[in-house]
Amino acid sequence: MGSRRLAFVTLIVAVLVGAAALAGAPRVAAADVVVSMIATTLAVATPLTLGALSGVMCERAGVVNLGIEGMMLSSAFFGWAGALYASAAWGLPPGASLAFGVAMAIVSGGLLGLAHAALSVTFRVDQIIGGTVINLLAVGLTGFLNRQLFFERTGPFGGVVPRSPGVLPRLHLPGLADLPVVGRIFEQQPITLTAILLVVVAHLALFRTRWGLRVRAVGEHPRAAATVGIDVRRLRYESVILGGCLAGLGGAYFTLESVPSFEPLMTNGRGFIALAAMIFGNWTPTGAFAAALVFGAAQALQINLQLFRDQIPPSWSFLQHSSIVGLLPYLLTMLILTGVIGKTTPPAADGKPYDG
Amino acid sequence: MTADLARDPEAHARPDEDRPASSTPSVPPPPSVPPPPPALEARAITRRCPGALANDAVNFVLREGEVHALLGENGAGKSTLMNILYGMVPPDSGEIWRSGRRVTLRSPSDAIALGIGMVHQHFMLIPGFTVAENVLLGAEITGRFGMLDPRRASAEVRALSERHGLPVDPDARVADLPVGIQQRVEILKALHRKAEVLILDEPTAVLTPQEVGELFTVLRGLKARGTSIVIISHKLKEVRAVADRITVMRAGRVVGETTPAEADEQRLATMMVGREVLLTADRSPAQPGDEVLRVRDLHVRDGQGLPAVRGVSFSVHAGEILGIAGVQGNGQTELAEVLSGLRRPTEGQISLAGRDVTTASPRALIDAGLSHIPEDRQRHGLVASYSVADNLALATWNRPPFAAHGVRDEKAVRARAEALVKTYDMRPPNPDALVANLSGGNQQKVIIARELDRPVTLLLASQPTRGVDVGSIEAIHRAIVAARDSGAAVLLVSAELDEILALSDRVAVMSRGEIAAILDASEATREQLGLLMAGARTTP
Repeated sequence: MGSRRLAFVTLIVAVLVGAAALAGAPRVAAADVVVSMIATTLAVATPLTLGALSGVMCERAGVVNLGIEGMMLSSAFFGWAGALYASAAWGLPPGASLAFGVAMAIVSGGLLGLAHAALSVTFRVDQIIGGTVINLLAVGLTGFLNRQLFFERTGPFGGVVPRSPGVLPRLHLPGLADLPVVGRIFEQQPITLTAILLVVVAHLALFRTRWGLRVRAVGEHPRAAATVGIDVRRLRYESVILGGCLAGLGGAYFTLESVPSFEPLMTNGRGFIALAAMIFGNWTPTGAFAAALVFGAAQALQINLQLFRDQIPPSWSFLQHSSIVGLLPYLLTMLILTGVIGKTTPPAADGKPYDG
Repeated sequence: MTADLARDPEAHARPDEDRPASSTPSVPPPPSVPPPPPALEARAITRRCPGALANDAVNFVLREGEVHALLGENGAGKSTLMNILYGMVPPDSGEIWRSGRRVTLRSPSDAIALGIGMVHQHFMLIPGFTVAENVLLGAEITGRFGMLDPRRASAEVRALSERHGLPVDPDARVADLPVGIQQRVEILKALHRKAEVLILDEPTAVLTPQEVGELFTVLRGLKARGTSIVIISHKLKEVRAVADRITVMRAGRVVGETTPAEADEQRLATMMVGREVLLTADRSPAQPGDEVLRVRDLHVRDGQGLPAVRGVSFSVHAGEILGIAGVQGNGQTELAEVLSGLRRPTEGQISLAGRDVTTASPRALIDAGLSHIPEDRQRHGLVASYSVADNLALATWNRPPFAAHGVRDEKAVRARAEALVKTYDMRPPNPDALVANLSGGNQQKVIIARELDRPVTLLLASQPTRGVDVGSIEAIHRAIVAARDSGAAVLLVSAELDEILALSDRVAVMSRGEIAAILDASEATREQLGLLMAGARTTP
């Protein structure tokens, strides 16, 4: 990530955190607000990070994935439905039910990844269309199944939503979480921690392994890769399925880590913001993570203003209108996509079907 | 025409010196040992492409340790045959034999495993990767868990390049390297995979004459080490300079096999085209008139905003041909785009017949007497999905005779097309044929017919014979000289030195966006031009 964009990320995050601290002053200690902002930022950036990693994986191999939103929405539903089913029908304990839910989310994301790979690699459908199809399919499918499974009297639960197994518990990272003041930052839920770990793993996989070198070769110049005996189609399938799994884990965040329920359309454009993060991060895992933190901080501001609602002085109360602060991530997306903050370069063969 | 041969006398003076076990009479094999089987052999290879037979029962034999040229025009089926021998495309029928064993190639991996390497015409390199990454891609050096080892990779590639006398920095980014070095990387790629058979597809197309010389030295070195080499080309001079044997293809079939000693350029051209061809343009000395085009201190930026043309000045007079020589990518494309109104200069002045046309639109330039044969005929010269007749009316579609008062005159469009199709001998002779279905040479004829079918003040011809068969080159050259003789100023931009020397009255050499020198064509030599193209500022 270029120094200009890194400076931009730092600036925006600092401004947002500062705004929260100002709004909370003098009744809440600035340190508490800052720690709370950072902790919330890391948490709410999770689906963006995972969505952006999904995009990086697919596009580095040359397949544009516009279906991240749909993959996350589907996984949010199937993860939730899986956890409910495991808990209500099989009587598994909450922890096991949630773990099963996460697995379901990853699998359903991977299956949509497989579908996208089939459309774009085997059938060479326009990849923009393929991704859009997945988004539309996800909206219809999750809405329909949600009604059929949980709100129809003929459904498996007789029209009554069974008791939810809750959300994944916060993990207490030994040592780090015991630190004074900042310890709160390290008390995170498992998907959030996994996402941060996956940024490192994805970076190493793409830039330090043979597999990653080949994936990038396929995304830059597939024919050149083919002439040295690399199986372009196979690598594209692998990357897109992996991308689907990552988006799937991102979807699990919504219903198994953030709130214990499913709402139609609950991903709310986060899959598209993730794509903006991927672009801003110049198609690298670390860059995408940094960009996800910017969007996360914007959302964290909104949440923290709610959190400290009672302590905010009247002069700052306009910020509480969630619609104003809630617009921030979308405004940032537009700003970033204009390229004012510096141009980024996609993989050369991104979005081009390979027909050799 | 024999300059190259003079420089490379050893090319065919001692063709078999490095091949102790070949069937050459001077070194007869011991009676008990049969001659080794061919390194690579194609037997009755047939491959159908939509609408044509790309390869029609082709037989091709590459002997152990020889340099074998595959000569033919564009579309003769050379590249198809080599792609089959490298496993890129499967043949419909026929057999492939490698050192006496019948083999099946399902993919390039199979070919690589059999010791067959290929250097493609359009380099198969990843610009953003380093030299080492490109050389090792697909055969990487890894530690545990498939982790790459950049240090060992660098050392390996450095050792490989030193062993074969192909110096290159393993850690340089390929995008930053000149084309000649990129080609070296391609050869190293094949050598790293232990290629014993090396196929080079049109390797000289993008090189300066000096780089061509270096490449041939490298190829002779590889041959000395026992590598068997196929070189695909349509350049007669080069083929004769480097090859031990020559196989000529035409229209998907092998028409004959010969050696440089047996066949001179004229004979090879006749084999390639199937009839007698005039290799040199017949022309009288120029009689320059008034200044027509005047370019002063022109600066142009390319699509990425980088300086492409940097302070170029020259002028072209009526009745003369100014050739602009240079290796592709030295600003000629951008210069031609500016002169034809497709791109705006950042600085400088252009005047055409005394009028300032620095920022004139293509339409205004056409009206001022510009005829333009663009470098990329598919993108800038033709509408492929239109008929020949419609394409012939494209430049002046809005004027009589093609239109009056904004209404198109179908009859006039058709009548004109029929006349031009006949004059320029276009195949098929049908004005309603879609341009997309024409061969490259015939597409070019459509453009030339259209551009010369009106009074020409300035003819701007960019790479007019690129991808055009030898037979059509003759006709195109004649048309350009005829335009000059009728009083047009001609600016010829070409990467083919032979073309520049055959047509130009004066030669300007472009290198890195600047004009290195403007020479009188009668005094310019290939060597001198080659050095200027490579960036030399003063001529030796």
